[in-house]
Amino acid sequence: MVLASDIQVAQNVGFAIIALMMIIAGVGVIAARNVVHAALSLVVVMAGAAANYVLLSAEFVAVTQVLVYIGAVMVLFLFGVMLTRAQVGKDAELNNKNAVVAAPVALLLFGVLAYVLLKGFSDDKIAATTGNGAKPQDTAVISDLIFKPYLLPFWALSFVLLAAVIGAIVLARKD
Amino acid sequence: MLAVDLPYWAQSLLRVLGGTVAVLLPAGTIVYLFLFKMMSFMQSRLGPMEAGPYGSMQLFAEVGKWLQKEDLAPDGADKRIYRMAPLVVLVSTFLLVAVVPFGPDAYFTNFDAGVFYMLAVSSISTLGILMAGWSSANKYSLLGGLRAAGQLIAYELPMVLAVLGVVIQAGTMNLQQIVVKQNSDSIFGWDGLGNPYILTQFIGFAIFMIAVQAELTQTPFDMPIAESELVSGYMTEYSGFRFLMFFIAEFATAGVFSLIASVLFLGGWGVPFSWFGWDATTGSVDNWMNVAGPIIMITKMMALSGIIMWVRFSYPRFREDQLQRFAWKVLIPVSLLNIMLTAILKVAF
Repeated sequence: MVLASDIQVAQNVGFAIIALMMIIAGVGVIAARNVVHAALSLVVVMAGAAANYVLLSAEFVAVTQVLVYIGAVMVLFLFGVMLTRAQVGKDAELNNKNAVVAAPVALLLFGVLAYVLLKGFSDDKIAATTGNGAKPQDTAVISDLIFKPYLLPFWALSFVLLAAVIGAIVLARKD
Repeated sequence: MLAVDLPYWAQSLLRVLGGTVAVLLPAGTIVYLFLFKMMSFMQSRLGPMEAGPYGSMQLFAEVGKWLQKEDLAPDGADKRIYRMAPLVVLVSTFLLVAVVPFGPDAYFTNFDAGVFYMLAVSSISTLGILMAGWSSANKYSLLGGLRAAGQLIAYELPMVLAVLGVVIQAGTMNLQQIVVKQNSDSIFGWDGLGNPYILTQFIGFAIFMIAVQAELTQTPFDMPIAESELVSGYMTEYSGFRFLMFFIAEFATAGVFSLIASVLFLGGWGVPFSWFGWDATTGSVDNWMNVAGPIIMITKMMALSGIIMWVRFSYPRFREDQLQRFAWKVLIPVSLLNIMLTAILKVAF
């Protein structure tokens, strides 16, 4: 049960502002009439996600979000868009008939994610410290987790990424 | 610990003021000392001499000139993004300075993943540059923006990899702890100098400074704004205070990266702790370091940004293909080798 004294007002106000910003930007991604505008709205959504991680005191994840999504993925995305179809002004043919199919998929995804989050965490609180006094969000604690109990999944992910890199090279090479 | 106990709002106010000073002061000093004076002397001329003694007020004249110019935007431009772009670039600089420690208590935030944050935030400026290049509706601008993005992505990697060596050696990503570590360690038992990481990570330092030069698009790497090909690259259409923002961001970022390099490789704000018998584990550093620390940092910053500018005024620019080849085929393999060596030595000793 949530007590009134447990509610952190400042964090909730912050979350409301960030969530509102993300929703507006999210609508902007699908409603924009220009590819670059859509991509830039997506940047705002990513930044909002990073801000939410900070609110959850998951600083390392927040920084990773900024480095990977804003600093690398979105820059490459914009780079590609500008290299190929960089027109200032309106792009008429952005929306197509598949929007009808996309809506239920998005709704389903929302339902699944909301269910999993509520089921998995419900009223959980973030622990202030772990057993030996370190904060659970400390970089050292995270690296200990990745390289001890989660080493195998980490390796598996690295392997998938390596396969993707080799695949990209094979596709890009002409000779 | 600090003797005075300030309320939260006063601390925040001090930090905002301090951050503004830490961004604008290095920018102004670098522009006057290096861009106006050092470049002029290297080219056998005097540089600005009229405004103030030795032209020292020239900067205020320049800023006044830019501020009163009209804020123009091309007819075909995407106005909203065009106006936002310089802000994004400047914000990246302000975010960058937030993790730099200036003294035992004189820091903006003591961030656990400081090094990682620094690398992440510095890549935001790429977005601003792409926005500026695209929204200007100008082929020169677009080409400049694309070149800048390609270059910044390419040189982001060696920078990350060069910093990793320091992180491995220090065993922490916290910039404050990296400073303490460098000043309290010893070289084979002799602690008269601490152990600044430039001694062991000299390869990392060289790669870091080269990558910084490229990230700042300073001259050997100034393909994105090559004036003989692209007028002024992504900045071509900007005038007035929006151009001023790009200008401030360029030199302020040079200053902030010099500060970060001095933290990572030159021992930051500290003096070797053994000189005054300070103990690193209890954090018993004297209070006067909060005043001396920033002065030490600024001195190191001036030296490093002096090197950046010196290189800028001395070398001709790389061609686009040479620039990319240099990053991918020289810097990245060498920095990977450096990481491997550091890791082996770390385990061995």
